[in-house]
Amino acid sequence: MIAKKAVVIDHLTKTFDDATALADLNVEIKAGELFGLLGPNGAGKTTTINILCGLQEPTSGSVRICGFDVGNGTRKVKELIGVCPQEPALYSYLTGRENVELFGSLYSVPKDRMRKNIDALIEKIGLTEDANRRVSKYSGGMQRRINLAVALVHDPDIVFLDEPTAAMDPQSRHAVWDVIRDLNRQGKTIILTTHYMEEAEQLCDRVGIIDHGELVALDSPAQLKAQYCEETLEDVFIQLTGKRIREEPK
Amino acid sequence: MNFPRVSSLTKKEQKKLLREPAALFLIILFPIALTLAFGVSFGAVGGTSATTYQVGVINADVSPNHSWSQHFVANLAASQILKVTMYTDEAAAHADLAQGKIQALIVIPANFGISCDSFAAAPSDATRWIATSIPLYCDSGSMFATQAIPPLLEQALATTLSGAHTAAVALPVQIESPSLVQATERSAFDYMVPGIFAYAVIFLTMTVAQSFTVDREKGLLRRIGITPTTPTEFMTSQSVANMGIAVVQVALVFAVAFAVGFRPNAAVPGLVLAFGIVAIFALCNVGFGLITATVAKSPGSATGIAFLFILPQMFLGTFVAAASSGVQAAAKFVPSYYVTDALTSLLLRGAPVTSPLVLKDIAVVVGFSFVALVVGVVLFRRYGNA
Ligand SMILES: Nc1ncnc2c1ncn2[C@@H]1O[C@H](COP(=O)(O)OP(=O)(O)O)[C@@H](O)[C@H]1O
Ligand SMILES: [Mg+2]
Repeated sequence: MIAKKAVVIDHLTKTFDDATALADLNVEIKAGELFGLLGPNGAGKTTTINILCGLQEPTSGSVRICGFDVGNGTRKVKELIGVCPQEPALYSYLTGRENVELFGSLYSVPKDRMRKNIDALIEKIGLTEDANRRVSKYSGGMQRRINLAVALVHDPDIVFLDEPTAAMDPQSRHAVWDVIRDLNRQGKTIILTTHYMEEAEQLCDRVGIIDHGELVALDSPAQLKAQYCEETLEDVFIQLTGKRIREEPK
Repeated sequence: MNFPRVSSLTKKEQKKLLREPAALFLIILFPIALTLAFGVSFGAVGGTSATTYQVGVINADVSPNHSWSQHFVANLAASQILKVTMYTDEAAAHADLAQGKIQALIVIPANFGISCDSFAAAPSDATRWIATSIPLYCDSGSMFATQAIPPLLEQALATTLSGAHTAAVALPVQIESPSLVQATERSAFDYMVPGIFAYAVIFLTMTVAQSFTVDREKGLLRRIGITPTTPTEFMTSQSVANMGIAVVQVALVFAVAFAVGFRPNAAVPGLVLAFGIVAIFALCNVGFGLITATVAKSPGSATGIAFLFILPQMFLGTFVAAASSGVQAAAKFVPSYYVTDALTSLLLRGAPVTSPLVLKDIAVVVGFSFVALVVGVVLFRRYGNA
C-alpha cells in the first residue's frame, strides 16, 4: 500500500519586496508522519506554515493538502487542518477554556464530541485548574499551552505547529512534547517547526533543514547523522551551513 | 451562513464589552454619567416651580357692549396667580399651549357681552338669561394647571358679573370643563436626549477600530481566518454585536434620562422605531471603525483616527451641535444629524412613525450606514487585514 500524501509542497517560492523567504521548496509529507521543519530564525519556517494554511499566497509553486489545492480548496482544507501560530493568538478577556470553546465552535464538530475534546485537551496540557481564569492573567508558558489547545480543539487530521515550545519553561515544554507524541500515536500528520535541534531529534520521523529559504537536507534524524558522520543534528547543521543554528548571544 | 458560528462570535463581543474596563467605560458608563450630569444640570422645567400660570386669552366677543369682556380680562389679570397673554391668532395660541409656553387657553365667546347684559338686566330670573360658555384648554401634563386654573377662572367670572364680594350661585356663563391638551412642557435637557442617544452610539467607531486593530496585531484575525469562518459570517457577527450594544447603550441612557425627568412624547411604535434607527446607525459606525482600522497601523493611532469620524458627528449632529447656520449647513453631511433629527421628531414632537420627515431621515441614515459598512468591509478586507 502506498502511503497517502498528506502534504505536498511543490516548487514553492515566496518573495517579499526585497527578500526571498522561500526558494523552490519541494517536500512531500505522508499521512501520519511527524515532520520537523528545522532552521534558524528567518529561515522561512513561518512563511511555509502560513502558505500551507492559506494565510499567504505563494509567489510561485503550489501546496496541496490531502489532494486539495490550498488556493482553491481552502474551505475543505480548513476543516482538516489545525494551526498553532508561533505567537499565541488568544482573546485575553476570555478564559483559557472560553478561548478553546470559541474556536471549537467555529468548526462543524458535534457539540458533545467537542466538549469531550476540550476537557481531555485541557487536562493534557495541565491547565485544568487554571482553565477558568482569564488569559490575561496567564504566564507566557500557560498562554502557549492554551494556544496549542486552540489549534487542536476540532481534532484536526493535519496539524501545523509553529515553534510550539519556543521560549517555554522545561515543564511546559515536556507537557507539549507529550501532546505531540500523543497526536502522533493517534495517526495525525504533524508538521512541527523548531530551531531546537534536540526537539527535532527526539520527536520527528523526518526533518527538513532549511536555511535562507532553501532546503539543505531532508531525511530522518538518524539517517542525517549517519550520512554526515555527526553526533547530533546541530553538528549536521554546522557542517551544512558553516554556522550554528542559534546565534550565540554577543 | 452558519448561525452557531455567528452567534458564538457575537457572544464573544458581549463578553468583551463587559470584561474590558476601557470598552465598558466608553460605551456604557460614560454615556450614563453624561446623561445624569446633563439631566441634573438642565432638567428643571421652567413652569413647574413657578407659582404663576400663564393663561392665553382669545377675545372673540363681538357683542355691542365690550366692557364685559374687558372687565373679565382685567379681573383675570388682577389675580396674583394668573398671567394673561392675549392672542388674536387661535393657531398661535394652541401652538404655545402645545409647547408649554402657556398652561391654559380660554376663548371668550362671541355672545359674551350679550349674555352678561341679559344677566345684568334680570339677575334673579334665570329664564331670561342668554346662556353661553367659555372653552378652556389645559395642559394635561401640568397637574397644577388643570386643578388650579378652572376655579380661578370661575372666580374672575363671578367678580366680573356680580362684584367682588358676591358669591353668585348661578351665572349665565359657564366655564367649560377643561379640554386637556398634550402640552409638552420641555426642559433644555429634554431637547438634549435624542442627541445624547446619537452621541453614545458614535463612540462605537472607536471601539470597533480598537477591536480590529488589536485583534489584527495579536494575530487573532488571521487565526479566525484559518478556521472555516467566512468573512461574511465574521462581519455579520461584528455587525450584530454592535447593533446589540447600541440598543443596550440607548436603553440605558433612556432609563437614566427617564429617571431624571425625561418623558418621551411617543407611543410604543415610535419608541421601537427610535431603537431601530439607533441599531442601523450602529452599522454606520462599524463601517467607520473598519475604515479607521484599515488606515491605522496600530491600536494607538486608531484612537486618533477614529476621532476624525467622531468629532464632526459629535459637533455637527448631536446635542453638542451649535445652532449657527454654518453648523446647520455642514450638519447635512454627517449621519448623526439625521439620527438626532429623527429621534427628536419621534420622541419630542410626537411625530407618527409614518411621518415623511422621519421616513426621510431614516432613508438617509440607512443610506449612510449601507455605504459606510460596505466601504469599510471592502477596504478592510483588501488593505487592512495584512
Ligand atoms: N510580511 C513580510 N514582509 C517582508 N518580509 C518578510 C515577511 N514575513 C517574513 N519575511 C521575511 O522572510 C524571511 C523568513 O521569515 P520567517 O518565515 O518568519 O522565518 P522563520 O519563521 O523561519 O523564523 C525572513 O527574512 C523575514 O524577514
Ligand atoms: Mg517563525
